[in-house]
Amino acid sequence: MRLNIRNPADFWSGLLFLVVASAFLWIARTYDFGSPLRMGPSFFPVVLSIVLAAIGLVALLRSFTVSGERLEGFAFKGLVLVTLGSVLFGALIERAGIIIAVSAITLVSAYASVRFTWKQGLAMAILLSAFCALVFVFGLGVPMPILGSWFLD
Amino acid sequence: MDVISNLLLGFQTAGTFLNLGYCFIGVFLGTLIGVLPGLGPVATIAMLLPATFGLPPVSALIMLSGIYYGAQYGGSTTAILINLPGESSSVITALDGYAMARKGRAGVALATAAIGSFFAGTVSTLLIAFAAPPLAQVALKFGPPEYFSLMVLGLSASVVLAHGSLLRALGMIVFGLLLGVVGTDPNAAVQRFTFGIPELADGIGFVTVAMGMFGVGEIIRNLENESDRSVFVSKVNSLMPNREDWRRIIGPILRGTALGSALGILPGGGAMLSSFAAYSLEKRISRRSSEFGKGAIEGVAAPESANNAGAQTSFIPILTL
Repeated sequence: MRLNIRNPADFWSGLLFLVVASAFLWIARTYDFGSPLRMGPSFFPVVLSIVLAAIGLVALLRSFTVSGERLEGFAFKGLVLVTLGSVLFGALIERAGIIIAVSAITLVSAYASVRFTWKQGLAMAILLSAFCALVFVFGLGVPMPILGSWFLD
Repeated sequence: MDVISNLLLGFQTAGTFLNLGYCFIGVFLGTLIGVLPGLGPVATIAMLLPATFGLPPVSALIMLSGIYYGAQYGGSTTAILINLPGESSSVITALDGYAMARKGRAGVALATAAIGSFFAGTVSTLLIAFAAPPLAQVALKFGPPEYFSLMVLGLSASVVLAHGSLLRALGMIVFGLLLGVVGTDPNAAVQRFTFGIPELADGIGFVTVAMGMFGVGEIIRNLENESDRSVFVSKVNSLMPNREDWRRIIGPILRGTALGSALGILPGGGAMLSSFAAYSLEKRISRRSSEFGKGAIEGVAAPESANNAGAQTSFIPILTL
């Protein structure tokens, strides 16, 4: 039987809230709960997660009865690539240095666009990494290596 | 009149050609660095502090204030032009400022932010000069119950900010609170949700969340319908608000200044809460409340005035307590 989802926006956000709440609950189970009088480290997170889960559940159930906004489609390619680019930057900045890290985030994120061409992407990567190195490292003295620890040995 | 003569002495010191020059350099550098996404006033001051080392103390102080205000204005600029607030207090500006920019009214939004900030900053500075000690007494009376009520006010105000589903707005507020518990537990000093990463022990920074939600979110949203989206590259023309705009922003600026000055006095309340409160107030009382979030000029004027007034009067508890 096909589920009759009348409010996709509510359905997906409800699901998202439930997933986040369960993740927080799952991690919080290792911490001490305490009592309302002496709250332990997990007291507040657990209470909040339960509230969030309740909101998510209401949104989820309501999405079958009350109709509402449609979703305009997920940009999965963009979501994955832009996130991947940021993660790559974080992983590369110390080891490979700012030139490679900025080039990586530029190329990977730009690849998400349908208008991406290698020529433009590479030009952008070179320009941006030069700009970031000049402004942030030389101009402002932000402690980021030009060439990271991979190249120093 | 001690106050008057002290003020005059201050003007005499600050008004010299040399000090005005340092002030200009400070504002210029501060704005330049402040418009880089994610760099707020505090980070900017930290970076530019070495530039003031060689100066006499008064000039250095003047230049630092210039840097601070320049950076704050730079933060509003990125909030309006590319939906990337540089600090917590300009998040609200991004709501309507960016919407205005998309309509091709970026220049007017920027000018409104500057006018509101200037007016609010001037008024609240005078307020500090004349009324700091009695106001500090009020701030001292604030205890835990009052802070609790203030937080409840702030959180319920965020529901007003949301347009769209109330349920999802509530969910996102709780989600935000959950993100706030990441880091070291204040009571037991246990590290929560840090996955053993030392950088997370201090919690998730506000600018980080704002970057992710507003900046990266906007990028990904733009990738959704790439074929029929309008790439946002409108020129910034016509800076000055027209007569109609002036009529619309005078009220919000005055109310924002008053509200910001009042809330800024509370220790720890400051600029952030006052911009929230001013925006919700305007949305409530405006006859055009449906325009809010879609480029209402009041939605830029009020929070920008309030956060500047709040930033000013927040010096009262710092200086007097």
